Amino acid sequence: MTELLIFKDIDEPGLNTLEVYERRGGYQQLRRALEMPREAVLQEISDSGLRGRGGAGFRMGQKAGFLPKGDMPKYLTCNADESEPGTFKDRELMQKSPHMLIEGIVISCYGAEIREAFIYIRGEYQLQGDILEAAIGEAYEAGYLGEDILGSGHNLSLVLHRGAGAYICGEETALLDSLEGKRGNPRLKPPFPAIQGLYQGPTLINNVETLSTVPHIMAMGGKQYAEIGTETSTGTKLVSVSGDVQRPGNYEIVLGTPSREIIYGLAGGPKDGRQVKLWFPGGSSSPVLTGSDEDLDLPYDFDTMAKAGTMLGSGAIIVVDETHTVLEVMRKVAKFYAHESCGKCVPCREGTNWTVKMIDRIEGGEATPMDLDIMASVQTQIIGNCLCVLGDAMAMPIGSMVEKFRGELEAEIEAARERSGAGALKDAIPVGITDPVL
Amino acid sequence: MSSSDVHWGVSAGASSRVAGVDPHPKVPRFGHGSRVPGWDEAVDLSKPPATIPDPALTEVPDQLQREIETAMAKYPDRRSAAIPALHAAQQHHGWCSPEAIAQVASVMDLTPAYLTSVASFYDMFSLAPKPKHDVFVCTNISCSLLGADELHETFVELARLDPDADLNVCSFECLGACDIGPMASIDGEYVGPLTPTDARQIVADLRADRPVLPDKQLRYRRCADPNANSGNGGSAE
Repeated sequence: MTELLIFKDIDEPGLNTLEVYERRGGYQQLRRALEMPREAVLQEISDSGLRGRGGAGFRMGQKAGFLPKGDMPKYLTCNADESEPGTFKDRELMQKSPHMLIEGIVISCYGAEIREAFIYIRGEYQLQGDILEAAIGEAYEAGYLGEDILGSGHNLSLVLHRGAGAYICGEETALLDSLEGKRGNPRLKPPFPAIQGLYQGPTLINNVETLSTVPHIMAMGGKQYAEIGTETSTGTKLVSVSGDVQRPGNYEIVLGTPSREIIYGLAGGPKDGRQVKLWFPGGSSSPVLTGSDEDLDLPYDFDTMAKAGTMLGSGAIIVVDETHTVLEVMRKVAKFYAHESCGKCVPCREGTNWTVKMIDRIEGGEATPMDLDIMASVQTQIIGNCLCVLGDAMAMPIGSMVEKFRGELEAEIEAARERSGAGALKDAIPVGITDPVL
Repeated sequence: MSSSDVHWGVSAGASSRVAGVDPHPKVPRFGHGSRVPGWDEAVDLSKPPATIPDPALTEVPDQLQREIETAMAKYPDRRSAAIPALHAAQQHHGWCSPEAIAQVASVMDLTPAYLTSVASFYDMFSLAPKPKHDVFVCTNISCSLLGADELHETFVELARLDPDADLNVCSFECLGACDIGPMASIDGEYVGPLTPTDARQIVADLRADRPVLPDKQLRYRRCADPNANSGNGGSAE
């Protein structure tokens, strides 16, 4: 780990103030960018191959390219509604280096010819919101925001918008509805936000980490940035490691680093020499991987994770060690999504609640292994059938846990039946049915 | 057990058959025949729908009025200020009371129904009176692996034993601080990792009006990445 970019000197005292940020070379890239033609700025971002750090991993350059060209009301929205369970990287960035984010926003807005930008921060991040608000004030005063930025003729207004506690508002179209002052329900896509988003105008939506990377891309040059990491997953990524590890926290890694090095090398692995039972590679919405050598040796990048049947997501690794049961993890995941489902689409609203009820049944000793089949089939009926991916975000991990830990879950069902006095399974199966199939 | 009295439907659990309970119990229903509790609490159906309150007849505290108008001026569409305005009103009134909603509605020129629908969507708005101090305990996956459920129970117990402390204890969605799990947000201040002993200290600090557990506040915590600082390494304070 030598090439730290966004986390370099993150703990420098006072980095959240304009004075220290400028002393460390801050806003130099903005000055340089403003002297370049707009297309050249976008070209650098495209050349870098930077993929969105919020979860979907879509190329930022490509997304910015979808926006119509020319002078019209266009918007940039920075998604700072970081609420994917296990993710806390944007919190650290906004708290400690807010000007890096602002610089990235101004450069991106200049490139895409956008004059109005918003940062949607989750309401719970009060400290980070206050710091960001102070930083925006400083940037306005110094002329990095507002009218005619540094004499370039480019105008930009930047507004900090605080949410009020809803996981779904991290979904881009729900975020736009919430920013328009409505209930945060996702919209039907297409039209995609790049064509018709905030206030019906073309809108570029990017995550805090993505936008904070932009000044570093300008500093290095897009092509040089693309040389870091792997061919399709370029650059460095912040990973938030949490759960059963000795040193939980945010780490900046080069994409393609072996997962074992992150979980054991950086975060120290589970306490007291325990074994990793399972881990979520990209927040609680990603299908789980097991503690097998095969899974732990996977390089941590977008494509390898996709090939392994899971996803890199927001870069939040949640480690679960052998002292916890799979059922306990499933219960937490399912309950969370059932609570957060906005209720607009039936498969998600009903499917998440059904899954919770089935887990309750297993715990109450009322289930048979057939319930696992029903549970798996409920998950497949959610995936791809809703306006947004909240339902999928529960269905994918639950489905993967049922698949990968079926043996343990069946033993759990049997044990729970013993406890509740429901009797062993062989007595409950009617005569003549030996292999119940749905 | 003979095969004829077994029903393989999804609705009947195995144990209920074994325990001799009715396999098709009545679904519990609330007022007006609904299965969802409280669906009719927000409105009194016997009254005509509330219209936009007349600004001339609605008294709005000056500071609240200013805050809402400042928020409205920031956006191309005034409606975008709904959430900031409700935050301000909740700050002022302690909760989103009908009076608070009516005041926001009159300044923003929106119906109270619209604002109530927005307020009811978001977890941070309270449509019922609530105790003064917010204690949001994160009980999501990372924190719960480390004992957040016990921590939550401790806070609930403390709030029960000491009603004067005025604690609004909630188990909350992931608060985005899994590195200090198990953690809680005390009136917006993130503290962790917490033990049940810390919970008692927090309640004592709140009662004495002191900053809560300054040693464990997130704002002073350094980045976990050992390479995050070149040179001699500064202090985060």
